[in-house]
Amino acid sequence: MFARFMSLRKVQIGLVIMGVFLFAAAVGQPFSEHVLGWTPYTFDGNAMGQAPSASHWMGTTSSGQDALSWLLYGARSSMLVGLISAVIGTALSVVIGTIAGFSGGAVDRFLNGVILVVQNIPSFAILFMIAGLLQNANVLLVSIIIGGLEWTGGARAIRAQAMSLRGRDFTAALRTIGEHPLRVILVEVLPHLSGIISPMFLRLIAAGVGMQASLAFLGIGSAAEPSWGLMINYATTQNALFNGQWWWFGPPGVCLALIGFATTMINFGLDEVTNPTLSSKRMTLMRKFLKQKKRQDAAGQPKIGAMA
Amino acid sequence: MSIDVQDHPPLDKGPEPDLEVKKQPRFSYKARVQGFKYLGKRLVTYLIVAFISLVANFMLPRFMPGNPADQMIQSIVAKTGNMPSPYALAQIYARYGDPNQNVLVAFWHYLVQTLQGDLGLSIQYYPVPVADLIGRALPWTLYLAIFSTIIGWIIGTWAGAKLGWKPGRRLDSIVTPIAMFFSSIPAFWLGLLLVWFISYKNGWLPPQGAYNESLAINLLDPTFLTSVAIYSILPMATLVLVGFANWMFTMRNMMITTVNEDYVQLARAKGLKPNKVLRNYAARNALLPNFTGLAQSIGASLTAVILAESVFIYPGVGSLLFAAQGTRDYPVMQGVMLLIILVSLVFNFIADSVYVLLDPRTKEK
Repeated sequence: MFARFMSLRKVQIGLVIMGVFLFAAAVGQPFSEHVLGWTPYTFDGNAMGQAPSASHWMGTTSSGQDALSWLLYGARSSMLVGLISAVIGTALSVVIGTIAGFSGGAVDRFLNGVILVVQNIPSFAILFMIAGLLQNANVLLVSIIIGGLEWTGGARAIRAQAMSLRGRDFTAALRTIGEHPLRVILVEVLPHLSGIISPMFLRLIAAGVGMQASLAFLGIGSAAEPSWGLMINYATTQNALFNGQWWWFGPPGVCLALIGFATTMINFGLDEVTNPTLSSKRMTLMRKFLKQKKRQDAAGQPKIGAMA
Repeated sequence: MSIDVQDHPPLDKGPEPDLEVKKQPRFSYKARVQGFKYLGKRLVTYLIVAFISLVANFMLPRFMPGNPADQMIQSIVAKTGNMPSPYALAQIYARYGDPNQNVLVAFWHYLVQTLQGDLGLSIQYYPVPVADLIGRALPWTLYLAIFSTIIGWIIGTWAGAKLGWKPGRRLDSIVTPIAMFFSSIPAFWLGLLLVWFISYKNGWLPPQGAYNESLAINLLDPTFLTSVAIYSILPMATLVLVGFANWMFTMRNMMITTVNEDYVQLARAKGLKPNKVLRNYAARNALLPNFTGLAQSIGASLTAVILAESVFIYPGVGSLLFAAQGTRDYPVMQGVMLLIILVSLVFNFIADSVYVLLDPRTKEK
């Protein structure tokens, strides 16, 4: 299954993009400091609002900050927000979903109610309120709020799956031989939930990255953390659009879109593996077969299915 | 042509299916009660959410570092040159924390005020009530949200039905990744690109605003309405481009599953025209998830609309929020947020009602 997953073109593209961004997040900061010689905090007075050149590979902002180093610093905060909110959200949904699904009864009813309520809270509105009041939205705050509010879809799916797993023979067998319920859940059941957990994790990454960028774009993010959203915010407030400084407002948006794109691609690949009717490989094979069959029919050759 | 089933021997020798049980009227009294019960449960959930957001709205300023009430009074004094009226003062203290008042009493006052539609006075436009500001901005936002969602829904559903009808062919393998990329673009950034390319570079469409400001607002004046339509092309296009792909994907995937169903095969075998099979057999059933999602997503699209509005300086709720954020106009920010939560709850409830109407399974136990 893993080999099939990895062999899909969509998954390969998605994983490569995510890998590049993770790499940029990991080494971007020292790279821009030591190799490029610029950080978002340094201003080059000789190059203000310049197009890409040898000394500034991706141009500068109108106050002389290097756009590439800003982009690299932004990759770090974006990936951090994405990963932290995904970890928090996934953990919450797995814990609450499995507990609700496995315990049933009053606990399940209560947890299901909590899920329903949290599901209807628009996370952006809450995030905006808190961030706006604090006049600050650092990476941790954004990720905690996103992770803390966006886990419900996953929890519902996991709850449903756990309910069906609870009735299966293998869990019943484990229970009868006196296995500890925690071990049953962690070792025997959790692997069955990977089909729900992994797409949820990816979606949460995209949600975290997108929300943080939106907040920063609105100017409520943390002004101390250089992020892609903040870069776009400065670009618009400092007339980069009117001046046609595409190297300033363009790349951060492309990066944001690429992260979303990569997670969707991987998720489509996961769908294809877990739900064979959606398999694009099989569909293409089928088309090819039908086409070939048509051609052979037209040429008057014996039909492929005519043996019987 | 009619086939008399009675003359044929039964095909399988299993027990005779109990046909009598299933012959119930489509919407029996019981089923209807079940539907209302489901809606009632949903309504309770939404009321709880609304209450929680009211509590959050009330509590958050109290947890803030510094004293928002004093800050607010200071900025009003700085703006108008004299102290606000005693009534306004009392109101600010009631909303943003009075150390001399019991929290529960303060919350009760806040609740009563809010339920009466009194959201306090704006600081930026002191002393205009927040409710007035929102009332002026909300129609623009709803106009963008509803129309862009419906247009995106139509395009996405149509394209998804086409793609899912013959999955795996070249069109599918080209369009799907491109649409994925578009759906991942942040709405505000796509809006910026469109403004830059279409308005600043080529001057084809106005970059910002909602109507030609030399015209008076008059909903019966055709010139005014055309200007509204022209000014909304860019924000609409942004929201549609970002939003249509998700409809397309769900429709495509649902189509792929329904296309292989027996009744679709039967329709094909009957020799019906492919277009008719697509429209009346396959797409019709695949439509259900998209249909129930429609109302819900109008509420959910408010976030994207707000972001797009602040790009196009469209006079809706988003621009109001953006301006309020810059001047720390807390009453406006809180009012808008409360409103967004309530509007999305209303649309969620509409979605639930549609769901009950369309899907008979909700009427069962």
